Amino acid sequence: MEKKPLNDASYEQYLTERRIMGSRCKKCSALALPPRPICVACHGSDLEWVEFKGKAKLAAFTSIVVAPPSMAREGFGRNNPYVVGVVELEEGVKAVARITGVDAKKPDQIKVGMPLHADFVSKGDGAAKQTSLAFKS
Amino acid sequence: MARKRKLARGVAVVGGGLTKLGLFKDRNCKDFFAEAYTEMIGSVDKGIDPKDIDAVYVGNFTNDFFVKQSHWAPIIADLLGQVPKPVTRTEGACASSALAFREGVLAIASGMYDIVLVGGFEQMSKCSTEEVAEGLAMAASPYEVAAGFTFPGVFGTMATAYFAKYGATREALFNVTIKSHNNAPLNPKAQFPMTVRDFMNARIERVKKKGEPVPAWKDEKAYLADPAANPPVAWPMHLFDCCPISDGAACMLLVAEDMARKFTDVPIHVAGLGQGSGYSLHAKKDLTSFEATRAAGNEAYEMSGLTPKDIQFSEVHDCFSIAELVTMEDLGFVKPGEAHRAVADGMTRLDGPKPINTSGGLKSKGHPVGATGVAQLYEVWTQLRGKAGNRQVPNPNLRVGGAHNLGGTGGTCTFTILERR
Repeated sequence: MEKKPLNDASYEQYLTERRIMGSRCKKCSALALPPRPICVACHGSDLEWVEFKGKAKLAAFTSIVVAPPSMAREGFGRNNPYVVGVVELEEGVKAVARITGVDAKKPDQIKVGMPLHADFVSKGDGAAKQTSLAFKS
Repeated sequence: MARKRKLARGVAVVGGGLTKLGLFKDRNCKDFFAEAYTEMIGSVDKGIDPKDIDAVYVGNFTNDFFVKQSHWAPIIADLLGQVPKPVTRTEGACASSALAFREGVLAIASGMYDIVLVGGFEQMSKCSTEEVAEGLAMAASPYEVAAGFTFPGVFGTMATAYFAKYGATREALFNVTIKSHNNAPLNPKAQFPMTVRDFMNARIERVKKKGEPVPAWKDEKAYLADPAANPPVAWPMHLFDCCPISDGAACMLLVAEDMARKFTDVPIHVAGLGQGSGYSLHAKKDLTSFEATRAAGNEAYEMSGLTPKDIQFSEVHDCFSIAELVTMEDLGFVKPGEAHRAVADGMTRLDGPKPINTSGGLKSKGHPVGATGVAQLYEVWTQLRGKAGNRQVPNPNLRVGGAHNLGGTGGTCTFTILERR
């Protein structure tokens, strides 16, 4: 089984391999994404890696018009809004992520409950490569 | 393990001060705190000798970022002539000074001190709006920031969950904003002492002067629904759903209950004190609730022996309009899913059965983040003493009020119940 430490750095490393990896508590079976070193359901500390399939439903969202500096640098803003949201994965855990394949300029037409699948958005190359998790309509 | 929470000895508020809120680029936090402190000293009915203050707790969120100065406790001690007494800074994002109030209460309740000054301050006007947004986002969850969320974005996300679950629409948010702004012109300390209709009429005047066609808004709701007047920030949060950037300071004087009558014949007692912590969005069980607020409410109700019904009026942390609806439900003022109807029915108006944010709320009174917690308690204290002037809650038997303060995106929340006995 996977030996990496259950932390954010390992989670991000897996994302570059296009894998959504979280944790499962061996004592109470609670799942967590990103992975946790300590189970918040039973306080157990014997946890293992588990892979999520990436099928999800949209639980809540927003379309951001006033963008933070990091997103403004990518060209997002008043004339080019973007959607982020909370998705609920088939396995029962939630994640926050960019939502793609929807019209950010018509947020009133985006429906909570719509099915989504995982998409991996990469920036940079080699050691500087960063991959973030997105969900696509 | 679980036992009833109570203070080892009672604590009362005997003085308070709050600056006018707004943007004051040519002043600084020492000026603000001195102004609030001076009002506080003058407000103690039978007087206080500052030499008798045992300790000071001050809340500040992120002047470290906003004005590039940290370690504010000794700066305040120096300002007030309280060196070498113990002065401590508390930080809990936008709930920073409610934590200062709480630490002050606990310090007296423990028996360590008798007279404690608590307060909070923030200067946000020296930064651009983008910088302020960046500074505030430092208090969001790292997962939210990495995904591209902003503060209004997190609250907007909760709003879409609320809409989908309970069938509410943006009109519910309009009702919150219109109600809060109706109270603001009655508060001389408010940053925007204007109703939404005042904003609408001012805009009509500006358009007329320019000789442009006058928009045909039939009422305030039509004005708020027009993106030209009320532009989007993070769906469904628009400009009028979001609190402003503000400067200001607030402070209060706390004393042991058994000596309160030496300072005033109208002490206001700390009946309930509650604090909770919360998960970030992805780890929340319920996207339409703040678990930190629920925990804070439960602790304060349990300590006071009071129930949500007993809270006659309350300040709640309306950093974004949706937060007021969610908080009303989390504190048990209404059942989950009913806040939007209660606001539409007028429950929370100044003359309603449970007025909420008589001060105008953060939306129109202003939100100098580190000062807000004590500024809210100042409003409750003022109302309970019957000194709120034109915005006085019209209830001759006003005895119990609450103040709810929320930090970050709900990571730290407090609920404090004050009582006139």
